[in-house]
Amino acid sequence: MDSEKIEEGIVSLIRKAETDLPIDVIDALRKAAKIEVGVAKVQMETILKNIDLAKESNRPMCQDTGIQTFFVTIGTAYPYISELKEWITNGVKRATKEIPLRPNTVNPLTNENHKDNTGDHIPYITWEFTQSENVTITALPKGGGSENMSKLGMLKPGVGIDGVKDFVVDEMIKAGGNPCPPTVVGVGIGGGADLSLKLGKMALLRPVGIHHKDKSIAAIEEELIKRINESGIGPMGLGGKTTVLDVHVSTAHRHPASLPVGISVQCWADRRAQMVLYPDRSWEVK
Amino acid sequence: MKMEYHLSLPIGSKQIKELHVGDIVFLTGEIFTARDEAHHKMLHLDPRSMPFSPLKMGLFHCGPLVKKIDKGWEVVSAGPTTSSRMEIFEDKFIEKFHISIIIGKGGMGEKTAKALQKYTCIYTSYTGGAGALAADRIDEVKNVYWLDELGMPEAVWILNVKEFGPLIVSMDSHGNSLYKQQKN
Repeated sequence: MDSEKIEEGIVSLIRKAETDLPIDVIDALRKAAKIEVGVAKVQMETILKNIDLAKESNRPMCQDTGIQTFFVTIGTAYPYISELKEWITNGVKRATKEIPLRPNTVNPLTNENHKDNTGDHIPYITWEFTQSENVTITALPKGGGSENMSKLGMLKPGVGIDGVKDFVVDEMIKAGGNPCPPTVVGVGIGGGADLSLKLGKMALLRPVGIHHKDKSIAAIEEELIKRINESGIGPMGLGGKTTVLDVHVSTAHRHPASLPVGISVQCWADRRAQMVLYPDRSWEVK
Repeated sequence: MKMEYHLSLPIGSKQIKELHVGDIVFLTGEIFTARDEAHHKMLHLDPRSMPFSPLKMGLFHCGPLVKKIDKGWEVVSAGPTTSSRMEIFEDKFIEKFHISIIIGKGGMGEKTAKALQKYTCIYTSYTGGAGALAADRIDEVKNVYWLDELGMPEAVWILNVKEFGPLIVSMDSHGNSLYKQQKN
C-alpha cells in the first residue's frame, strides 16, 4: 500500500515534467517571443500557446514523451534505499498508462517494444549519494529529436579552448532546425569520452539563465550563446534571433593526451521536475 | 507579401503553385502520418495491396501519442517528427503517392526539393513539440494501419484535422526554401 503511494508520487513527478515546464524555461521562451518577428515570432507564439494548453488540459506538451531519465540523490540515512529502483520503474509503467506516455522503448536488435517505457537499462537512472535522510529525484524526459543531435568530439589538446568553442558552434549550426530550437545546450569538457557526454547531459539540470559559478566558464557560456544565436538558425530552424535559450558548460580534469567535448542538446521543451522523498514515506513534487 | 491561407484537402496543383515560402497555411481535411518504417513499407507495397489511398491526403511526419477510448482512438499529443530522416526516400514517395502537401519539421534535402518542383508539392513546417496544440486541431482518428506490426509511433494514422496550423510553407514548388535562404 505504502509502495503504491510512492509510485503514485513518481507518476505525479513524470506528469509534472511532461505537462508543465519549469518557470525559468517559460520566462526565457517569453523573452524570445518578444524579440522575434515574422515566421520566428509565429513559432514562439505557437510554442507558448502549446505550453498553456498542455498545462490546462493536463496532457504531454510533446508527443515524444522521451526516454524516462532520472537523476537521484540518495540521502545515506534514508531507510528505504533498496526499494527506490523498483518504485521508479513501477512508476514509469503506471505513468505510461495513466498520463499516458508514448511507448518509446524499443529493443535495438529486434524492435520489440514492451509498451511500458521500460527495458534493459531503461528507465535510465543516475545515482549519487549525500549525507541526508531524504531522497531527491529529478526527472528529465529526453526526446529523440534533440538526443540525435548529441555529439562527442575527441579533440586534439593543441586546439585549446578556442577549438572547443568552434566545435560546439559548428555542431549546433549543423544541427539546424532538427533539435527543435530554441534549445538548451549542455557541454561537458574534459574527463573521458563517456564522462564528457554525461557532464553535458547533467549540465542540462541547471536552470536556464543561471551561469556557471566560475566566471571564466560563465564567460565561455556567454560567448557560445552569442555565437550560436548569431548563426540566424532561429526558432525551428526557420530563421531568427534565438537558436539557443542557454548554454551550460561543465568541466572535468582530462588526460594530457585527450580533450573530450560532449554535447547534449535539449529541445525548447526543457522538461524537468523534481520530487523529494522523506523518511516517513511521504513525498512532495516541486 | 506573405499570405495566410485556409485550405481544404485535396489541394489541386494550381493552388499549390500559388503558395510561396513564408506563407502560412491552416489545413482542413484528411491527413495520414508516416515516419521511417511506414515510408519504407508503403514504398515496397504493391499499390493493389495498399489498404487505403493516400492520393488526396496530406502527409504528416509524426509519431503521435494516442489513447484507446470506447469508440476507437483519441490523439493526446501529435507534433511533427524530424523530417530529414525521411530524405532517403521522400522523392520516390511523392512520385508514387502523388503527395501535394507534407507537414514536418526541420526541413528536407536537395532530393526532396527537386521532387517538390517536379511533382508540384510543398513542404510545410509545423512547430516542433507543439503536440498538445496539434491534438486540439485533430477532430477524429479515422483509421490506423499496421499498428501491431509497427507500433504506435510508426503506424499510419488517418486523421481528420480542422484548421491545422499554423503551417509555414518552408519549401515551395518553385525551388525556394526558408532553410536554404537562412544558411546562405
